[in-house]
This record gives sequence, structure tokens and C-alpha cells, in this order.
Amino acid sequence: MVDYSSNQNAKPVVKGVSYFLAHVPSMVRHGSKPSREIGKDPSLLPPLLSHLETFDQAVAYPPNQVFIGNLDPDDLLHNIPRPWYQNPIPNSSRWGPFGEIMPEEEFYGMMKICDEFQILPMEEGFLKEIALKLKEHPLFTTEDLQKLDKGIPLEQIEKQLGEEETVPIYVRGDRLVGCLHRASGGGAEEDTNLVPGILLENLATRASGVLALRHLIAKTGGAQDIDYLLGCGEEAVGDRYNRGGGNMAKAIGELCGCGRATGSDVKAFCCAPVHAIVIAAGLVASNIFNNVVVVAGGSFAKLGMKFQGHLRHDMPILEDVLAGIAIWVTRDDGKSPVIRLDSIGKHEISSGSAQQAIIEKLVVQPLDRLGLKLTQIDKYATELHNPEVTEPQGSGNVPRTNYRTIGSFAVLRNEIQREELDHFVEVHGMPGFSPTQGHIASAVPYLGHSVRKMIAGEMKNAMFLAKGSLFLGRVTQLSDGISFILERNEGDK
Amino acid sequence: MQLKGKKVIIIGERDGVQGPAIEACVRSAGAEPVLVQTQCFV
Repeated sequence: MVDYSSNQNAKPVVKGVSYFLAHVPSMVRHGSKPSREIGKDPSLLPPLLSHLETFDQAVAYPPNQVFIGNLDPDDLLHNIPRPWYQNPIPNSSRWGPFGEIMPEEEFYGMMKICDEFQILPMEEGFLKEIALKLKEHPLFTTEDLQKLDKGIPLEQIEKQLGEEETVPIYVRGDRLVGCLHRASGGGAEEDTNLVPGILLENLATRASGVLALRHLIAKTGGAQDIDYLLGCGEEAVGDRYNRGGGNMAKAIGELCGCGRATGSDVKAFCCAPVHAIVIAAGLVASNIFNNVVVVAGGSFAKLGMKFQGHLRHDMPILEDVLAGIAIWVTRDDGKSPVIRLDSIGKHEISSGSAQQAIIEKLVVQPLDRLGLKLTQIDKYATELHNPEVTEPQGSGNVPRTNYRTIGSFAVLRNEIQREELDHFVEVHGMPGFSPTQGHIASAVPYLGHSVRKMIAGEMKNAMFLAKGSLFLGRVTQLSDGISFILERNEGDK
Repeated sequence: MQLKGKKVIIIGERDGVQGPAIEACVRSAGAEPVLVQTQCFV
């Protein structure tokens, strides 16, 4: 029975967080940058294929182990030298306290399960192989596996590849196991918003979101307890008359047993997850809903985005994972960390785009409101992109840049000396470890770590600040940003 | 470098200095921005 008894100022807490990674090296070629560059120069494909990581390599990759919670972000600073890809973690597990890293064969199984319009035919032998593997997976049901018995012969798949825009699906680099073709009926054959490339992206997003949410439900609460789902991914689900109609959230919840939930999507570029958490906190605090889950699948387009830099440095192509996240926000349970509703920082329309203005709004003003110094926040979680991915392509160390900007404000406000800036970054920041999956990397990868530390009494607070590049849509020159503070739950004190 | 009277192409970076912020500086120096963009590399 759901308890809707009145509690006027319900404190919203983060009860659980999950992170999922699908290791999909054979999909790298379909990422936005690789597909465009290979289209112009097909000779790029062989070196791309020869620089793909194996599943074991992806599991042992230290930042991926941090992402699923088997390591702490500061382990990358103190205990594991760079380059991280040359220092794999021995005996590493695909399972972690926050979720798992899944091989592409099994992930294709979930994509097939998500395929309700028969647009993803797969080879019958391959489907049988993965059905056997998924039988052992704790989060796949009998009903799931029944959807995997409708494979077709490889010859039929090869024939369908001759159709315009059909996308081939490979494993192990170049073993053909399926294809994604146009949907049929209702004008889908002519709809430019339902081309196979877009449908593939949406299917992969749904699948990675489903697995993140299933992980969250398995360790946090009942699927039937969830009242509302807030999607916050980068996909655009729609058709020719409604290009960004959305509600991927509900599509994800459908395959997770969330029979009592409805949902909607928050669209705010990379800032969307933190916006969604703030909205979720508001829905809970105002007693509209008891349990709100923020969920997102991965960014398919960003696969292999910086592959040219990795090839130039003869590195493995590290952008070979699709990430999913799920965050459970509920009413105060006396234990879970609290979202401080009086700590919300927002980058306003009139704020201007200078870094100074953004940090002023997201960090300084909320702290002033609470009477806190910058040095009184245990950890800041900002853009947490893995620098090993971004540096070879010349994009620098994004987390470090952001932390030095925050620390500079502490210098300006005389909280620390200029010489203490590096120490501030070390203590209050962290190395980037998130896959460069856009919305995924914006602050939220640290949420699971901070919840764990606060429950263990090892951390008092953390500030989560995210930014969004609205200007990329060519509608406005504006940036965006939003922040909140998470605090240890002091119980009844 | 004297910017006054010059035409300027501005490319900023989201996590560094964004285009409109550079534009404000350039205009105050008397130059004319002809293209202002902000790149986001992540």
C-alpha cells in the first residue's frame, strides 16, 4: 500500500544510484564522427578495427572500474599511474556495487528485447548463443529470453543490407550478426526522422537505460513503488511531425516492471541529469510523488568521437562504451543523503557566458546563501570526462580546468592562497573518470560514490554542478548550468 | 597587437573562455567580430 500521508516539508533523499556500461567496440564505427570520416575515407576502417579493445581490456580499464564503483576516483590520482590503459586492474570484475560492464553480445540481446517493431533482425545462431549467456544473467527474465528465439538466416540479413540506409550490426569488429532497417507502415518508409541510424540510436539508448534501471531496482526498491520516471538522455524520439516527442523514460520503465509509473523527459543538453534530479527533488518535496527515478541511456552518437586522436597516438579507441544511469529520489528515510533544496544554483538567462558568471551562479551564490565557504564543501563534482580520452585529440583535461576555475574563486575570496590552488584541486576535486558520453559525464558519475561515503560517515557534503552547451543546437548562444548540494543525513537531529 | 579597426573571428570553448565573453572583450578593444562561435569538445 502506498503511503501518501501528509508530510508538509518532505526532505528529498537519494536512496540509490546505478551505473551501467555496455562495451560495444563493434558499434564504434557507427558513432557520429567515425561514420562520417569513414564515409569520406574508407581506408580509416582497418586501423579503427585494429585499435578496438577486448571486453577484458575494457573491464580492467581503471576509469571503468571507478565508474561501476570498484575503485574510488581518488585511486586514479594516488594509486594508479597514467596512462591508465597501460595499467589495467588485475582480476577485475565486470560487476561492481553500482552496476556492471556488459559485453556487446549480451547488450545486443537487450537491444533485441527492446525491438518492438521488428527493425533489428539478428542471425539465428547468434541469438541462440546469447540466449544461453543471458540465461545466467540475474537481470534477464524468462519473458526476455522468449524474445530471442526469432532469429533469421545470415543470408537474409546480407540481402537486407542491400536496402538503402540499413545499418549492419557486427560483433568482434567485423562478424556480421544482424542489421537495423527502416520500420514499415504508417509512412515510416518515407519519414526522415525514422531512418535506421536514428532508430539504432534510440534502441541502444533504451537498452542501456533499461539495464541501468534494472540494476537500480534490484538493489534499491520495488519497481511497483516507482511513481514517476524522468528521462534525461540525449536522444530524440519522434517522427516527422514531432521530431523530439520523447518520453524515453516511459519506454525504459515499461521493460523494468514499473507498472504504476508514468514519466517524461528533461531535455537540456548535458545539463539534463542534474536538472532532472532537481525536478525529482521538487516532486518529492512537494508530496506530488513518493518515489521518482531519474534515468538515461547512453549517447550513441559520441561513440568514437575522438578516435582520430587515439589512432594518432597508437592508443586503443577508448570511446567504446555506452553508459546508462539511474537515480532513485524519495522521501527522507533517516539514512540516505539529503538533497538540499535551499542549495540550488542556476545559471540564469541574463547571467552571461563568462566562466566567472557561471561559477558565480552555480557555486558562489548557493554557498553564500548557506553561509558556507568554498573550502567547506568536501568534494565538487563537475564535468568528469576522462582526460585520457580527451587529451590525445587536443581537448585538454576538462575536470582539471573546471576545478582550477572553482579553486580560483577560493583564491579571489581569500579563502586560500594562490599557491594552495593545486592542493585545493586535489582535496576538493578528483581526476576525471567518466566515459565521454555527454550528459553522463556531467557531475552525476560521482553521485554513487558520495552516497556510499555519506552513509558510511566518511563525507559530509558534495556539490554537483553541471553545464550545458545549448549553443550547439544553433537556436541560442546561451549556455546553461545548474547545481545542488548533497548532504549526509543526520537522522532526527 | 592593436585590435582597433580589425575584423575578428572568435572561437571560444565551453569549459575555457566562451565566444560571447571573448566578443565582449574584442568589441571593447574596438574590433569587429565577424564570426563568434563556442565549441564544446565533450
